[in-house]
Amino acid sequence: MSWLRIASLAAAVSIVTAAPAGAERLVASLSNRHVMITSNYTGVELVLFGSVERDASNAARSNPYDVVATVIGPRESLRIRRKQRVLGIWVNTAARTFIDPPSYLAVLASRPLDSIAGAENRRKLQLGLADTPLPELINNDIGQVTNDPFRGALVRLMGERGLYSEEANAVTFLTPTLFRASIKLPAQVPVGDYTVDVKLFADGNLIGHTALLFEIVKVGFEQFVVEAARDHGLLYGFATALMALLTGWIASVAFRRD
Amino acid sequence: MQIYLPIADIPVNIFLLLAMGLAVGFISGMFGIGGGFLMTPLLIFIGVQPAVAVASVTTHVAASSFSGAIAYWRRRALDFTLALTLLAGGIVGSAGGVALFTWLRVLDQLDLMIGLSYVTLLTVVGVLMVGESARAIIRSRQGKPVELRRPGSHAWFHGLPLKLRFKRSKVYVSAIPVLAIGFIIGFLGAVMGIGGGFLLVPMLIYLLRVPTITVIGTSMVLTFLTMVSATVLHAVTNHLVDAVLALILMVGGVIGAQFGAHAGQRIRGEWLRLFLGLLVLAVGMRFAFQLVVRPDDLYSIRLVGGLL
Repeated sequence: MSWLRIASLAAAVSIVTAAPAGAERLVASLSNRHVMITSNYTGVELVLFGSVERDASNAARSNPYDVVATVIGPRESLRIRRKQRVLGIWVNTAARTFIDPPSYLAVLASRPLDSIAGAENRRKLQLGLADTPLPELINNDIGQVTNDPFRGALVRLMGERGLYSEEANAVTFLTPTLFRASIKLPAQVPVGDYTVDVKLFADGNLIGHTALLFEIVKVGFEQFVVEAARDHGLLYGFATALMALLTGWIASVAFRRD
Repeated sequence: MQIYLPIADIPVNIFLLLAMGLAVGFISGMFGIGGGFLMTPLLIFIGVQPAVAVASVTTHVAASSFSGAIAYWRRRALDFTLALTLLAGGIVGSAGGVALFTWLRVLDQLDLMIGLSYVTLLTVVGVLMVGESARAIIRSRQGKPVELRRPGSHAWFHGLPLKLRFKRSKVYVSAIPVLAIGFIIGFLGAVMGIGGGFLLVPMLIYLLRVPTITVIGTSMVLTFLTMVSATVLHAVTNHLVDAVLALILMVGGVIGAQFGAHAGQRIRGEWLRLFLGLLVLAVGMRFAFQLVVRPDDLYSIRLVGGLL
């Protein structure tokens, strides 16, 4: 019985020191923080799991918790072009440059976003694909365009590649306070640092959040090739050219018929 | 069996790549073309980024044209003097082509330019080749001897100065049209991302009247020289040559090229030109179709840092 008393005492202390009355603490972790790309890599699935720690003195909420996890990959500028028919052939006639949009963006939620938070809250918290800012270059200025078809095309094209996604039932609650979600990283995800921003909602309000990091790296032979190509371009070029000559020569010797 | 390509950043089936290398290698060995104009679209089709596809195909073409060139060299069926003269024009042409390539990319019109040049060139070259070889075949069917030389049909450029004798090819012609052809091949090669063999072969046959047998070996040597330098150039400037992808392609490619070269020696010249003409025409039509038909998606993405 004494350990229970200590636990409740500790909880009481944490209320006093860390948070205002009624606050919950959000704890989350990932199954893997270093995703290694090797020669048989075909994409990977990470598991995000976490729990809502509620102090004993607090009454349970009448409505269940909601969790929204936003996974953001390394950022890189993109150009979206639009084709139009000119003299019978299809030509790129218009284009917009997007300044550093995420190369990977996954929004995983426990319920549809509009039932988790109101429109105002979603916009303020940049929750979901629709409310994620994707700034464009407009006449040497950086800004956002509302109802922009180019922005829509960016989200759609990235979605077709499995790089942008929004899933309403991706986060599942195993118990009222314990949840898990799987982050699907397709084969063509860019390497680099990723952040996972986990937000906890109750009754339409944000009541806690935590951020996690993971990285996707190439290792072994793949890393060697990439570094050689990037840092020693000339040497790499000569090596590949030599490889080509050697292959060609071996083939002609092997297939010599005279 | 899936293998992850380190520079292309995607996993692909290794046997699919080997099969593609074999098939394109066979065609390249048979006709004396690099096969870049077939391999690059194939790679893009299986999901490789266009820029990586263009850069890695140059390495693959270097290997398969080298093994092909050795095979023709053993038969003494190539002309080094002619190849080196063409190369001199080609280097200047490549530099001009790379400049245009960079400028068009900034204007977002690179794919249009590539599409239009493929359609125009392939259709014109294909129609010319099919027409000429069909006439030659009909003539030989009617029992008339195949004309190897047409001494009366000298064009205006045969009167130009700086005459060179290309012994192996048995032609005596001014260096100016040879350099000009080299320039055109180098220029178009850089813009279209191809070795240019399918253009060089008909130009040498129809303009310079080089016999079909030495044309193929000579084209192989030129393709091999330009593609080796293109590999190094791509590796230095864009860092986009995928050595793993290139190696798999070239293993299939060199084997295919050997069989293709043997097959090519057994087929009569005019039939070889007819098949090559039809192939060139088919690829040209494919590009025309792409330009004229409404695309599935009017929008497309280009990485600002990337090549395409």
